[in-house]
Formats: sequence, C-alpha cells, structure tokens
Amino acid sequence: MTHEPPLPLRFWAPLGRLACDMERHTVTRTGEHVTTSTTAGRTPVLISDSYFERLRQDFPLLEQSVNGHPLVYLDSGATAQRPVTVLDAETDFLLTRNAAVHRGAHTLAAEATELFEDARATIAAFIGAQPDEVVWTSGATEALNLVAYAISNASLGRGGVATERFRLTAGDEIVVTEMEHHANLIPWQELAARTGATLRVIGLTDDGRLRLDQAEEIIGERTRLVCFTHVSNVLGTVNPVTHLARLAHEVGALVVLDACQSVPHMPVDVAALDVDFAAFSGHKMLGPNGIGVLFGRSELLNALPPFLTGGSMITTVTLESAEYLPAPQRFEAGTQQVSQAVALAEAVHYLNDVGVARVHEHEQHLTAHLLSRLAELPGIRLLGPASAEERSGLASFTVDGVHAHDVGQYLDDVGIAVRVGHHCAQPLHRRFGVTATTRISTYLYNTTAEIDFAIDRLATVREFFGADDDGANA
Amino acid sequence: MSDSVPRGIEPTGLQDLYRELILDHSKHPHGRGLHDGALAQSHQVNPTCGDEVTLQLQPGADGRIRKITWEGHGCSISQASASILASVVDDDSPEQLSERIESFRAMMHSRGQLAGDEDLLGDAIVFQGASRYVARVKCAMLPWVAAEAALSGIR
Ligand SMILES: Cc1ncc(COP(=O)(O)O)c(C=O)c1O
Repeated sequence: MTHEPPLPLRFWAPLGRLACDMERHTVTRTGEHVTTSTTAGRTPVLISDSYFERLRQDFPLLEQSVNGHPLVYLDSGATAQRPVTVLDAETDFLLTRNAAVHRGAHTLAAEATELFEDARATIAAFIGAQPDEVVWTSGATEALNLVAYAISNASLGRGGVATERFRLTAGDEIVVTEMEHHANLIPWQELAARTGATLRVIGLTDDGRLRLDQAEEIIGERTRLVCFTHVSNVLGTVNPVTHLARLAHEVGALVVLDACQSVPHMPVDVAALDVDFAAFSGHKMLGPNGIGVLFGRSELLNALPPFLTGGSMITTVTLESAEYLPAPQRFEAGTQQVSQAVALAEAVHYLNDVGVARVHEHEQHLTAHLLSRLAELPGIRLLGPASAEERSGLASFTVDGVHAHDVGQYLDDVGIAVRVGHHCAQPLHRRFGVTATTRISTYLYNTTAEIDFAIDRLATVREFFGADDDGANA
Repeated sequence: MSDSVPRGIEPTGLQDLYRELILDHSKHPHGRGLHDGALAQSHQVNPTCGDEVTLQLQPGADGRIRKITWEGHGCSISQASASILASVVDDDSPEQLSERIESFRAMMHSRGQLAGDEDLLGDAIVFQGASRYVARVKCAMLPWVAAEAALSGIR
C-alpha cells in the first residue's frame, strides 16, 4: 500500500521541527519500507482482491488469532479497524502538537488550531461541503441530537425571529422510516414529544426497501423534517436520497440524512444529494472513536440556535446572556477533541488514496459473492434486498432454529467476528417478525476468502445446534 | 489469506459452553406455559439482544413454590437455563429458592472457577462452562433474575 504520509509534509515542515518526519516511511507488517505517494489523479484500474489483501498490512489488528484461528473481522458496520497511519497521526499530534484549540496565543495552540481546522477542510472536501458546514461532534448520535435539540430550542423561541422557520408545534409532522437506527429515531420521537409535533413513519417493502408510494403520501403540507438513513445498517439498502430530498423540499421540509453507513463506504456528495443535514461517525471510517461530523448547510447552521453551550462558542457574555459565534463554532462548546479530528483527517487521506469509489466497488464484489453463497445454504433467511444492486457491503440474516447469539458464538469459536442482536434497530426487526439477526459487514480489508470461510462455517451451524432434526425450536 | 485460514476444524471450547444437556433443554424445554393464579411473576428482558422471559412462581402449600413455569424466547443458553431452572425447583420454600438463585449467581460470576453446588443447583451446574464466556453470563442469568424478582414480590 502506498499512500500519502500524514501531516508532516504539509504542516510540520514549515515549522522547522521534526525534519526527520519529512522522510518518514511507512513500515508495513512484513517489514517492507514503502515510500509514500499520493494517488490523486491516478486513472482507475480494475482492482483485484489481491490489492485489497495487501492493504491488510496496514491494519495490524487483523493479523491476530482469535481462539486459535486467524481473526476474520466481519463487523466493520459496528466499528472499523484503523490503519497504522491513522494511529500514528493521532500519536504524533499528541506527542508534538497537543494544545487546546481556538484559545490561547502560544505557538502550540496556534499549530493545533491550524491542524484542527485543516482536518475540518479535509472532511468537508471529502463529502462535497464547505469547511464551515462541518461541525465536529463526538459521533453521529450526538450530531443527530444536536439538530433535534437546536430545533427544539428554536421551538421554545430561542433565537428570536431568525429561528422562526425551525419552530415546531402541534400539527407539524416529522417523518422518519421504519429502517432507522435508534440514533436516528429516538431523537425525533423526543423532539415530537417536546414540541407536540407528530411522528410519521415510512414503511418498508418485504425485500427491505422504503415504500416510496407511502413516502409520497406521507410527505406533505404538514411535513417539517424528513429524517432517514442513506444506507440501512441492517438491510444494506441504499435509499434514493435525491428522490426523498425532492419530496421534502417540494413541501418546504428539511432533510436530515444519517450517513453513518454510506460515507465510509461510497462516494458521498452532500451537495449533489441535496440534503440539509448529514451525520456520520469517525470510528466507522477508519478513524478514531469520540469524533463525528454534523454537516449542515451553512445558511441553516447560522440560523439555528445552539444546543450545547459554554466556552469557545460565544462572542460576548454578560451575567444575564450571551451572544454566539457563527457556525460551526456555535455548535462546538467546550474543549474539542483535537487529536481525534486530526486522525480522522488522516483516515480520509487513506480512503482518498485507495479511492472511495474503489472501496465501494470492492464491497459490491464482496456483497455479490456473499449473497450468492448465503443463498446456497438451507435455512438461512436474508433480510433486505436479494441482489447486490443498491445495497451496501453487509448482510443480515436469520438461521432457522438457531438464535443469532448462538450463530455468533459458533462463528466466534473459529475467529469470525460478526454482529448479532437487533443492531440498534428494534422496530426494523419487529417489521420482519424477528428479534435478532446475524450481520456480516465488510470493508476494504476483507476478502472473498474470508467470506468463504464464514459461509463454510455457517453451513454447519444448524447441524451443531440440532436445528435440522425435527422438534427443533428457535 | 486463503491459505492461512484453516478449514474443517472442529469446535473445541464450544462443547464446554453448549453441553449436550443444554442443547437438549433448549430444544425440548421444560415448564413452558403461563397460568392464572400464580403466586408472582416477573418479565425480564436482556436489552442487548432482546431476549425475554416471563416467569411465574406457582403456589404450593404453606407459601411454598410448587413449581416454576415460564414463556419466552432467546438464545439456547437463556432458554435452556429457564428450562433447567423449572426442572430444579420442586416445592421449594422461598428461602430455598433464594438460596438456589444465590448459588447459581456465584457460579455464573466465577468465570469458570466455581463448580456449582449440585445439591442446590441440580442439572444447572452444567452452566459452569458458560460462566467462562463473559458475554453469555447474562443469557444464563436471565430466568434466574426473573425468579428473584418474582420472589421479591412475595417476601
Ligand atoms: C445507521 C447508523 N446510524 C447511527 C449510528 C450511530 O453511530 P454512533 O454510535 O457512532 O453515534 C450507527 C452506528 O452504530 C449506524 O449504523
């Protein structure tokens, strides 16, 4: 794997310190030294499995054994593993540049602030946004709650006339879907409860797609917010964002997109998608925990009242009241998670170097293989679309006669890590008449050999639990 | 990668978790069914996996618990645990049942170190292996926690 070095060339060199870092090479797991170079502008070539297999060297965690077997990590939908360059970027920052940002005039603080703001610009460019449209949060959950609470505060009259357009009252409607992660459902339930607005829900077809006929019926005059996921973390369904955004905008409603399962895995351009807000988490895209992003159209962010309040987000404070900075600082109260932001930017560099379109293509290839191999197994019921089209690199399923936890345990016994349970989407599971599923989710470092290994193991799970005898009982 | 992944290796530690008796009980559970006139009942959910059990203490003479009945769904460990609990309790005094629950909990929290007290736990000692799987302790505990909650309603 060759790719751009982390921060040193662009930021550290001019500071005249750490000159050795300018020469830094990446040492791979095989001890090979690779010089780094950018792939920007490289013409796309067909990427083979072996290319992605080589990427694994950048992820030391994947080299280990679990229960005496090589780890087969198929749970990136929950959290992705991090390449060494991302870990290094965070450590390097902490070893040499750590300081509170946007406070204090000393050199270190200025350097940290520069890196922090550059990380914002990197993330913004990655999703087709402007830097001031990117708000750092602790993760997608906080980002979605931020929007909900800012609207809630506007509904209480905070922000005066400027925020009137956001006010919700009885009779207004918030639209969500039946496939939402709890993080993009409960904040809207709570917002509805606080404001008197009504929650409306777009249902699903049996093959796990949004019922667009219902969407057209539900989204109407009363709709103020339409909140939905780009990609379902359970079904893998890729939703028609621009279509739904058009329905919402036609009636003057705002669109909130949960982009947790899309931004890490496929090219996402928030401007082209025409969404008003989007949320995602760093830890699902090769980055650290504790950092996430809220994208908001600048005009909207600058009109919304704040959610969290405190230091670093104000202009003038008296004992009675305060005035607030424009976005994004308005929404970044308190000491920020700087090393995580810097490391997330490094994760974006990594994804850019591989090419997120290639990551997507690779996952499409893995998914097609996964779906066809799953279809060979008797007693497996797939949730979500049966073909790889408009589907992301994950698949959830039930096994007749074997509970998901037992399936997960059986796979774990030979080092295969999958997610079992309701994946924070209980209403979705209820819709399909199950309480728990087993989910295989892939990322750029997974291979078809790993899928095959997991499928071969799955092939014997019903026999182990006696589920293919009669009298079996789930 | 493909070469380094061993195939066809039989489960090892798994047999310790999924003992024959556990798999039998999970497939052919004892004590299922809820009835009117129970002494007390409790509904417990494991929020991480959505497994649930509703467990009833059925009245015997002199405030004793004649038997336990239950309904629920979940993994083989939670289902077998409910079934075995139902098969162990037989005209218990509340104190006796409480003692069984405490003994089971001590075993389950011992990470495999404590062999269960067979006099108190009967077949439930097979869960000693499960106590080594930290993520599964909650599954095995679920019906016992329900029994404890039901018991606290009558004591
Ligand atoms: C679709 C979706 N939305 C929201 C979340 C919540 O993300 P986080 O827990 O990182 O805030 C997740 C991940 O768990 C997810 O998959």
